[in-house]
Amino acid sequence: MADVILESQPDINADLSSDQIQQQDLQTEEMLVNMGPQHPATHGVLRVVLRTDGEMVLEAVPHIGYLHRCAEKIGETVAPYQYIPYTDRMDYLAGMNNNLAFAQAVEKLTGLESEITERTKLIRIVFAELNRIASHLVSFGTYGLDLGAFTPFLYAFREREYILDLFESACGARLTYSYITVGGVTDDLPERFVDITREFLDYFEPKVHEYNLLLSHNHIFIKRTANVGVITAQEALDYGLSGPVLRGSGVNFDLRKQPGSGYEEFDFNVPVGQGEKGTVGDCWDRYIVRVSEMLESVKIIRQALDKLDGTEGQETLHKKGKTLKLPADEIYYEIENPRGQLGFFVRGNGSAIPDRVKARGPSFCNLCVTEKVCEDVLLGDVAAIIGSIDVVMGEVDR
Amino acid sequence: MAPEEIAEILKDTFGASITDTEFESAHPRVVVAADAWPEVAAFLRDDDRLQLNFLRSISAVDYLEDDKFAAVYDLASYRPGKTDSDAWALTNAVAVQVWTDRNDPHIPSVAHVWRAADWHEREAYDLMGVIFDNHPDSVEGLNGFHPRRILCPDDWEGHPLQKDYAFPMEYHGIPAVTELNQTRPIH
Repeated sequence: MADVILESQPDINADLSSDQIQQQDLQTEEMLVNMGPQHPATHGVLRVVLRTDGEMVLEAVPHIGYLHRCAEKIGETVAPYQYIPYTDRMDYLAGMNNNLAFAQAVEKLTGLESEITERTKLIRIVFAELNRIASHLVSFGTYGLDLGAFTPFLYAFREREYILDLFESACGARLTYSYITVGGVTDDLPERFVDITREFLDYFEPKVHEYNLLLSHNHIFIKRTANVGVITAQEALDYGLSGPVLRGSGVNFDLRKQPGSGYEEFDFNVPVGQGEKGTVGDCWDRYIVRVSEMLESVKIIRQALDKLDGTEGQETLHKKGKTLKLPADEIYYEIENPRGQLGFFVRGNGSAIPDRVKARGPSFCNLCVTEKVCEDVLLGDVAAIIGSIDVVMGEVDR
Repeated sequence: MAPEEIAEILKDTFGASITDTEFESAHPRVVVAADAWPEVAAFLRDDDRLQLNFLRSISAVDYLEDDKFAAVYDLASYRPGKTDSDAWALTNAVAVQVWTDRNDPHIPSVAHVWRAADWHEREAYDLMGVIFDNHPDSVEGLNGFHPRRILCPDDWEGHPLQKDYAFPMEYHGIPAVTELNQTRPIH
């Protein structure tokens, strides 16, 4: 043992320059640190093995799978209509959007899409966007929490509560909705829903300004996030990132702006990272994209609510949804989830039960960039970077 | 650009390596021979007409009756607008299907072409058992190198999404479900 210790000591007889001696003195031993799987800043059961040299992280390797529930295997044993509740449990902060992605994929595959009424489409948009706000509120709140700011979290959850109440009034559930389903939505809007939603939007819009004052332009917060964890646009595309992480890197790409998304008649902007506080693609850019997106969602919901007037009485659930037979064909369909592009690959075989269901989770794809971004950063920045990527482990592990 | 045109460009360039096309489907796709796939992939990404710079997903599918696996790569081209404030557009989108033998499933990795393929290929190996050769994160197993598992534990046996997968009776002494719809074994 004594030999080992001696070996790591600087050899005083060696002919070294003072710089080299100083470097040897400062060098500490590398250490492997397990961050997670139970760590408050990893948003669930994510384990990151950090190779550290003092305060510097030389390498960060994410290990996932702690929440793996074979969601894809289950998809091969149930009909699409029965699979909807399982999609809720993937990205459990954006259940509505997950339902929507799977329902639309199946509808496109079976041709049921053409029979979806205008009212159904609008209701779906209202709920998808409300859920986007709710999801971004959690992201906004927990990101502050990761970096030591506790208060914004309480503000965010206060507002999210109103959205959950709205969801509860429509479908009875507060987290796993299964409201949007194959063929439509399970029930028409409850009484006064439109009015209450308008009231909420009027209440909510000024709150975003408060968030900006509270957290976005907070000096300490900016110091922790600006110029940290920079992802260039080229890297973002190469790693297959999507959603606010892609847009934070300055790529103005949103599936809702593409033809055939169902959002063609809505007027809204796509917030993009500008490098306002630091470099384009840093943690602050990804954060501010989410905050700004909440305001854009408010715009979309307002327009959708206006359009809902005059569609009363239209059918909101197609009878065929429960008895669908899937053709022997396949489809890959993506929508813009709060965390990025959620895609479903569905292959049918002529019966009601699909042959293969695969989910392309945005959290899964976004997380793969961690290894690249967490090279040579400070230990404290790892929490800032992982928080800014905003993963939900339920979807990473499926 | 429509998938048909992309297929034409590929056929002109690679000839017999493009073994089949399937456009009468909700998921138009080009079938590429496994050995030529990395070369085709690099071309798809770099060619000025195509610029398929975004790998959306890799879906491995088990065709038990045909004794084959298929890996389906969904690709897209994201291109910037004319000015910085313009929205980027999704111009080309096509799927590539690569077949492999079920008993010896090998497909060359394309993780060096799209970094996104890294985790997708690990997942496809883990759950379906398709071995992606030359994967950057490979480990040595009983039958040579394969991508490291990602969702299941490293010592997990078998690949759960295979159609003939037998659920294990137990894992490290933990009793497990033996068959679908069957309750836990009694101890």
